[in-house]
Amino acid sequence: MASQLLRRVIGSRSTHFLSGAVNPSPTLLSSSSPAARVFSSTSTPITATLFPGDGIGPEIAESVKQIFREAEVPIEWEEHYVGEQIDPRTQSFLTWESLESVRRNKVGLKGPMATPIGKGHRSLNLTLRKELNLYANVRPCYSLPGYKTRYDDVDLITIRENTEGEYSGLEHQVVRGVVESLKIITRQASLRVAEYAFHYAKAHGRERVSAIHKANIMQKTDGLFLKCCREVAEKYPDIKYEEVVIDNCCMMLVKNPALFDVLVMPNLYGDIISDLCAGLIGGLGLTPSCNIGEGGIALAEAVHGSAPDIAGKNLANPTALLLSAVTMLRHLELHDKADRIQDAILKTIAEGKYRTADLGGKSTTTDFTQAICDHL
Amino acid sequence: MARRALPILKQLSHRPTLGSFLPKPDPNTRSVTYMPRPGDGTPRCVTLIPGDGIGPLVTNAVEQVMEAMHAPVFFERYDVHGDMSRVPPEVMDSIRKNKVCIKGGLKTPVGGGVSSLNMQLRKELDLYASLVNCFNLPGLPTRHENVDIVVIRENTEGEYAGLEHEVVPGVVESLKVITKFCSERIAKYAFEYAYLNNRKKVTAVHKANIMKLADGLFLESCREVATKYPSIKYNEIIVDNCCMQLVSKPEQFDVMVTPNLYGNLIANTAAGIAGGTGVMPGGNVGADHAVFEQGASAGNVGSEKLWGQKTANPVALLLSSAMMLRHLQFPSFADRLETSVKRVISDGKYRTKDLGGVSTTQEVVDAVISNLD
Repeated sequence: MASQLLRRVIGSRSTHFLSGAVNPSPTLLSSSSPAARVFSSTSTPITATLFPGDGIGPEIAESVKQIFREAEVPIEWEEHYVGEQIDPRTQSFLTWESLESVRRNKVGLKGPMATPIGKGHRSLNLTLRKELNLYANVRPCYSLPGYKTRYDDVDLITIRENTEGEYSGLEHQVVRGVVESLKIITRQASLRVAEYAFHYAKAHGRERVSAIHKANIMQKTDGLFLKCCREVAEKYPDIKYEEVVIDNCCMMLVKNPALFDVLVMPNLYGDIISDLCAGLIGGLGLTPSCNIGEGGIALAEAVHGSAPDIAGKNLANPTALLLSAVTMLRHLELHDKADRIQDAILKTIAEGKYRTADLGGKSTTTDFTQAICDHL
Repeated sequence: MARRALPILKQLSHRPTLGSFLPKPDPNTRSVTYMPRPGDGTPRCVTLIPGDGIGPLVTNAVEQVMEAMHAPVFFERYDVHGDMSRVPPEVMDSIRKNKVCIKGGLKTPVGGGVSSLNMQLRKELDLYASLVNCFNLPGLPTRHENVDIVVIRENTEGEYAGLEHEVVPGVVESLKVITKFCSERIAKYAFEYAYLNNRKKVTAVHKANIMKLADGLFLESCREVATKYPSIKYNEIIVDNCCMQLVSKPEQFDVMVTPNLYGNLIANTAAGIAGGTGVMPGGNVGADHAVFEQGASAGNVGSEKLWGQKTANPVALLLSSAMMLRHLQFPSFADRLETSVKRVISDGKYRTKDLGGVSTTQEVVDAVISNLD
């Protein structure tokens, strides 16, 4: 029990995503607890679950493994593949053993997974989300130095509630031609994600949390979400709290993304806004993502597709998975390693000599990976 | 029928005079004769709702410009404010009689138990389609170029059905309703719009991978309607991907048709890309009535400061009123107004703060008036 608690403290305290390099702040460093430091200096390797995934997944996972070896990161991977058959215990192609592995290790990294089309099973992502109770999806979005997009000064974090809202999957046909879909908002889930957002903001020296809503139309559901956010905000008087209507938020984001800091929102809005922000910095191929679950589980993932058209051709861009792996290291309080790897990635991209095709270069995955290793 | 007459008129005005032939005649054009009805040019009465915040400022701009142009419209003005419990019946009667209304923003109180007046108007008049046109104005620097998107949004159902309840304490449900009837109606409107305006592509925005039944029904309706317009390309895009594409490659989109909430987000994103809500025209249309307003922000009434200093941007509503003039079949007046507004923008001398200038609303209006042909 005690170790559980300790881990939980470490887990939530240390999800120090990549903000360090972009936004260095002294409060960050002082915020890591002594317990965490003891933890990170242990010499025994940490076991983490790795789902290489489908399509380009195995190639980019290989790239992560190579760089981690090169940087001497004390992590042992426990590799799990998506099964061939539906596991009746999970009603999905993911096996029970894979899920158990994540539950045991409490950290994991996941490549892109393609859900086979067909009936009688759940989507892989949904299975993971439900079974591991991953309630918050955190995506840091920041402009990569040297890679030019139309927006330069992006540095924001989107935190999305991941379990309820519009994605509850409750739908029915009332009469022919009339369909209803339910959006569920609960106090418990809203408080949980708000709590995490403020905690994150505090732990990372962020100044402002914006709750995104449409409470002028959905007065009760989004109203409840806002009420929960307000309650939590009172406990964090040094963090500025504001509320922004979603349509206005969209407009402000594309006009001037620097207006935002940490955004917390219900499921659908989070889905839309986090992808919009990814678009601002150059697409899903560059965006890290991490899911936070009950009991301090952290599952970092690449959110892009499995790109079956370039699978096996050594052309894939491993950046998203790499940056996600870095967020995982930060979660484990391995900040020195995380910084080294992140710097190497950013330098390689900024230099522009080795870039994959999606960033306008000609390099192969292995060349790109090697270049990062050289920059370590 | 009224909508059909517009492109015909346009074609007429662009037709070369007898004897001067185009080098390569477009096979799609056909010769038409426009036969005006008696009384086509008589002045029309329009209901005017100044609204809240910056509303009176920008509607006043429209009045001034209409007066200066000697446009054949006159206004019936009614004061309506967002904190009223409902739209006064005489206002509804006036809109029903005139069939056309132009309005400033009406403030929607957040979580105050008062339902939005903007929504009431839409519901009572059955204004099922909201249309926002987002395009780059020449001379106005933005991050993206070649944006010319029309967002057509279903306006009466979906997430805005207003059906909500608390199941047990701490658990709240909200219903999203999608009907075949409304989906078909909006799809038809979108395709008809694309056809009449010579647009090439209609994109349906959805989240049917998650909301399989609700958004599935919407898509099914769009697909059905699409088969009747073989000359217009049809494709589908998931809403989150759509937003990402909008901020990276907006030039790929043409006409977009969406359910209620997505349309709200898409229209605002597109407006932001093309120069902000201060310049985007739009309106709400039903079978019988039309309400014109600032494109992407029915509930946006601006900040106290904006209307205190009288620096609200009148361009959006001026362009909306040009749309209105066209809707009333006064295309020449619409063209004059639009040309003048575009001239003022591209000159760059008189711009409000949101476009990087320092002018007040009145200065912009004066500039528009002096640029009228």
